[in-house]
Amino acid sequence: MEGGRLRNQLLTLASVGILFALLYLASRYLSDYQVRILNNGAIFITLAVSYNLINGITGQFSLEPNAFVAIGAYTSALLTLSPAEKEISFIIEPIIWPLSVIQVSFVWSLVAAGIVTAFLGFLMGFPVFRVRGDYLAIVTLGFGEVVRSVANNLQRVTNGPLGLKALHNYTNLWWAWGFAVIAIFFIVRLVASSYGLAMKAVREDEVAAEAMGINAFRTKLLAFTTSAFFEGVAGGLLAHLITTISPTLFTFFLTFNLLIIIVAGGLGSTTGSVIAALLFAFGGEWLRVVEEPMSIGSLQIPGIPGMRMVVFSIALILLMIFARHGIMGRREFSWDWLLERSPVSRVFRGGGK
Amino acid sequence: MSDLLSVTQLTMEFGGLTAVNEFSLELRPGELVGLIGPNGAGKTTAFNMITGNLVPTRGKILLAGRLINGQKPHRITAQGIARTFQNIRLFTDLTVLENVLVSFHFRVRSSFLSAVFGLPRYRREARTALETCRLLLAEMGLGHLAGEKAGSLPYGQQRRLEIARALATRPKLILLDEPAAGMNPAETESLMELIIKIRREYGLTVLLIEHDMTFVMGICERLKVLDYGHTIAEGTPQEIQNNERVIQAYLGERHRA
Repeated sequence: MEGGRLRNQLLTLASVGILFALLYLASRYLSDYQVRILNNGAIFITLAVSYNLINGITGQFSLEPNAFVAIGAYTSALLTLSPAEKEISFIIEPIIWPLSVIQVSFVWSLVAAGIVTAFLGFLMGFPVFRVRGDYLAIVTLGFGEVVRSVANNLQRVTNGPLGLKALHNYTNLWWAWGFAVIAIFFIVRLVASSYGLAMKAVREDEVAAEAMGINAFRTKLLAFTTSAFFEGVAGGLLAHLITTISPTLFTFFLTFNLLIIIVAGGLGSTTGSVIAALLFAFGGEWLRVVEEPMSIGSLQIPGIPGMRMVVFSIALILLMIFARHGIMGRREFSWDWLLERSPVSRVFRGGGK
Repeated sequence: MSDLLSVTQLTMEFGGLTAVNEFSLELRPGELVGLIGPNGAGKTTAFNMITGNLVPTRGKILLAGRLINGQKPHRITAQGIARTFQNIRLFTDLTVLENVLVSFHFRVRSSFLSAVFGLPRYRREARTALETCRLLLAEMGLGHLAGEKAGSLPYGQQRRLEIARALATRPKLILLDEPAAGMNPAETESLMELIIKIRREYGLTVLLIEHDMTFVMGICERLKVLDYGHTIAEGTPQEIQNNERVIQAYLGERHRA
């Protein structure tokens, strides 16, 4: 048993090593466009894994990630811009005092993004978890709209509809993937712990969980706050990847995409969230093929913009018909599972015992 | 004040309907008491008030002399009252072992951060919980099923698991809501033995609701009969069996004919 655990930890460490070696190669040999897709993939992984914690693991159907991503993005962006840059950007109304002079390094801006978002998520948890089910979805959806509306109107902080432009493109492969690895590690460990078990118990049957001594409210709040932290940092990373943020970026559409990802991956499966996030980020780009002009025999088809959304939707419909529980259901990846199925299993088992 | 549980004049009104009217009950430590009555008599409502799922309209619930009514169910569980449900409410998608482990969570003192980073204190707590759970499952005859999904167990074993899960909270008082419902005579027999055994080994006080008369008469030391929210009789099984009002209200006219 202990030997197996050590083996699994070493295997995990080795795969993280291989991942970063591959990223190094990617940073050297891939085009800017390809690197950008990789970065996007990593950010989507972070978002999907943390969104799945509240929706899939804890079973609280909520629709707020766009709000958390927005809060994180604005917090981080406002902290990395220099006072001079902010003065130029805020042309309609000047930025309020403390923000006008503060500037911190990228890493601290991400930490701040996480903490501010987690704190707001924590506060928001008190009113929203008074309701459950469909009502929770509606209340959290409303919260997302409130945040967007605030971003639009609080001109002296967010620069209103103009948004924040000319952010530095600090987000690179290391930041994006490094943080994705941290998020996965943290959430996998949390889910595997007693706290994660409590979250699943709340998902399965809240009344029974309470009767077994579980404080359902606190459990939900923990999932929600943790989720907010990681989504906030991901927001900061996203802001410094696309370098321009405005309220229109954080509409419900963002939440909707994430919801598709976690459902397609399998609600409640962290592994599924990772796979689906990658498929979404890469698939979206591969599908650009279908929007290009094609010729089938003598038939000439001009490029149809938006065609990839059609194909994407069909793929989703098929998934929901033939694999209703998503790619992974609630199963998780484990080394034991993989090794049992691989031809080299005998070698490992021999060494493990 | 030596009563473990003392319920006085507990009343639950839903709008104009009085589900339970001035229900009183004293449980001395170690007693095994049955709560019986026809369907809709208010037995489960009485349970739900004691466990905090319902806040009583009037009345007092004292656990070892401390007022507990109006508290959240998880707080009441932490103070020593565990329960099972009339319709089995297991965490069906979790394993048998995990179902029981859930009951240990409220005792975990390590923070979630120390759980995530696997600090020694959390690991110690987790190991103790795991060992205790395995022992408990073995004792309940569910040891070989530890890795199975709770939802895949046969009915009788699901009932057993519900009791195991309640026991894992280490209660002083356990409330069993129709534990023998849907069981065949053989299963009922082994359930009776189990209840007597756990009561002795864990020093438990047991309050149970049950319709199976052989079961109730066989193991309860004292019975309380509810009808339309009113307590209509109280006493030993023999006394209840011969009580006119009970026969009328509960066992029905057929028995008189």
